[in-house]
Amino acid sequence: MTAPAPTLDATAQLNASLLARFPESVSTETRPGYSGIIVKKENLVEVAAAIRDEFGYDLLTAVTAVDYLAENKMEVVYHAYKTTGGAGLTFRVQAERVDPIEVPSLVEIWAGADFQEREAYDLFGIRFTSHPDLRRILMWEGFDGHPLRKDWKEAFFEEETKPFKSRWPDGQHVYAEFKNPFRDNLNFPKDFDPNAYQPTGEDDLYLSLENHSLKTESGIKTDQIVVNMGPHHPSTHGVLRVAVTLDGETILGLKPVMGYLHRNHDKIGERSTYLQIMPYTDRLDYFNSMSNNLGYAITVEKLMKIPVAERAEYIRVIMAELTRIQNHLIFVGTLTNDLGAMYTPSLYAFEERELILDIFEAVSGARMMCNYLRFGGVVRDIPDDVLGKIKDLIYERLPAKTAEMERLLNDNEVLIGRLKGVHVLNAETAVRYSVTGPVLRAAGVPYDLRRADPYSVYDRFDFDVAVRHNGDMLDNYLIRFDEIWQSLKILEQALKQMPEGPVNSQKLQYQVRVPAGEAYGRIESPKGELGFYIVSNGKPTPYRYHVRPASFVNITALEEMCRGSKIQDFIALLGMLDIVMGELDR
Amino acid sequence: MLGKGILKSLQVTWKRYWDTYADDLTWWLSGKKRYHSVEGVAHRSSKNAKGIFTVQYPEERLILPEEARYLPFLIYNELEDGKREILCTSCGICAKVCPPQCIWIVRSNDPQTGRPIPEPTAFYVDMDLCMNCGLCAEYCPFDAIKMDHDFELASFTRNVYDLEKLLKPSAYYQGIRPQNFAREEADRKAKEEAKAAKAAKTAEASAPAAPA
Repeated sequence: MTAPAPTLDATAQLNASLLARFPESVSTETRPGYSGIIVKKENLVEVAAAIRDEFGYDLLTAVTAVDYLAENKMEVVYHAYKTTGGAGLTFRVQAERVDPIEVPSLVEIWAGADFQEREAYDLFGIRFTSHPDLRRILMWEGFDGHPLRKDWKEAFFEEETKPFKSRWPDGQHVYAEFKNPFRDNLNFPKDFDPNAYQPTGEDDLYLSLENHSLKTESGIKTDQIVVNMGPHHPSTHGVLRVAVTLDGETILGLKPVMGYLHRNHDKIGERSTYLQIMPYTDRLDYFNSMSNNLGYAITVEKLMKIPVAERAEYIRVIMAELTRIQNHLIFVGTLTNDLGAMYTPSLYAFEERELILDIFEAVSGARMMCNYLRFGGVVRDIPDDVLGKIKDLIYERLPAKTAEMERLLNDNEVLIGRLKGVHVLNAETAVRYSVTGPVLRAAGVPYDLRRADPYSVYDRFDFDVAVRHNGDMLDNYLIRFDEIWQSLKILEQALKQMPEGPVNSQKLQYQVRVPAGEAYGRIESPKGELGFYIVSNGKPTPYRYHVRPASFVNITALEEMCRGSKIQDFIALLGMLDIVMGELDR
Repeated sequence: MLGKGILKSLQVTWKRYWDTYADDLTWWLSGKKRYHSVEGVAHRSSKNAKGIFTVQYPEERLILPEEARYLPFLIYNELEDGKREILCTSCGICAKVCPPQCIWIVRSNDPQTGRPIPEPTAFYVDMDLCMNCGLCAEYCPFDAIKMDHDFELASFTRNVYDLEKLLKPSAYYQGIRPQNFAREEADRKAKEEAKAAKAAKTAEASAPAAPA
């Protein structure tokens, strides 16, 4: 008897078919710990179009770059997925690390690559040729250099990686600014005089707005005006600035300006040890620190190839779903705030959130900056009295209060009038713009990572993927309630199924060993897909640490959604996209 | 009918308004204090809370759970002769694990033997940098650094706490975290007993070998 021919697994099969399709321009990844394919720079657009149209990877979720200084290469990594679910495809292009580094832009194929490519340009200095609007996005225009390049040093540079040697065993406290030779926290480009600086970026911004010619309808000359919303505006949910071109009250075009809260989370991560990054992830989307922890922990566990303690998996699910409930409650509160229903709904929402935060505080020690997950499990078990509190909330309080919230708002004529039929985003556009999360599902694409690409123990629960079909603001609003009900359903099952046992599969160690390789881990955070891309070279700190926040990518579709609608609805739209600046600006 | 939804909304808000006073009334009739009492605060932050739930800080305070964490502090045991036994051995794990690197420790060597002294000569925590993550307390192998419950930290100056300011007696720790303290004490006792048993065993084993 002959043994059956060895069948290739799905990824290898896919790679093989891509190789067969493009024998000239595609090669397989050979570095250990890496996966996917390498595409030749010259053929990138052609291959990407085939990946989208022929292979069906219609959702480009993450675009990021890695600086391989030792190999003198700059690499751009793309992660594409199918909206029908399943594993993704990683493809990458490599370029010589000699300025100007040029890589073709994929905005034509996936519009969602727009801001992410701008980010890679800003932080790595990679020029995406034929990108329609390649400007700095997070840093300011006069900034010196590209901070994520490995040969860039910041003004307060002390050491390449933490822990710093000056802290122990001879750690005399000195303020960082006293050690800095300039006693100044800025590096300037050569021949740069800050006093004589004339910002040019503003001109670029206004020029990037579409120029609409003057209209002379019925003999009356009209003119477009540019209005800057924010950065300090109560509706922008933080320091987001949006330059809007208006024709009367109608929006003709807009550009978000961000980076006011930028702290280079990626760079902080690359200088910290794997464990030290955990509390920093809390500060990304500060409403959902448990979800952020989960996304990061899952990615590192993928790299480390370690199991997670069974009980801890359930605790993680419970915390993640409680997070989702409180996020959506806040969403309802702030959205109605933006619509003018000041305080009553938002304070009702905050009351329930308060009770959930009490649970977070009791298990993790902090209400918002939880820092609760560890690689292989969680910090500590849920105390018995807190478990009782969670049960009380899930079985009694939250269902009653969610129903009350629905009674309070869902039939309200003013609310419906403001939301119905406004800012319609159809499924096709949403996918093209890489929109994820509730906004995508409200547009009629039932794409939920808990079902489409299950992580943790989500495959063990019976729940429905909330989906609505109109893609307008009202559906976006109602889908949040659907998700709360589904989360409650998951929570009930998780509490029932939760086994006894240890809460961490690993020994308590402050320095974890992560083998070399790369991993892209993603979870369905309350705002959309939260992805972490980590490249390890076996050292205590990651070589490359990248966060793909949901808010940042979802906002790419902002202009598309607003064009032609009224300025007052734009404020509601910002509330509806559910952006958090901590995550957007990183 | 237009306006029906709004009337429905108003019903909900009216119920909340009513609930607040109804709750006040029932508590008053039963002779309990809904405000300015521990049980009142506990009630208002429980699943049974109805109506207005505000806790009137600073007159009233929320009840902190045991695991609540703010700033780190160091623990010492009070010895009988009035001296302090600092649990910290200046091993430096907290300084190495600290994400914002806000811990500075000076370890010194014994001038005679040249070996490190298991007690910090100086210990600084820059509280302005501290991100309250609690990793130092979690990874300290000697249970010497713990997270405090004191959250009223506004000040006019920058805060770099030195050893004197960081040290707090173990009784204080027992006060804020009774369960953790009991668990750690039990662990320590078990370890000591195991050590003693092991020592007794080796003594026993070596006894016959020794010349009588």
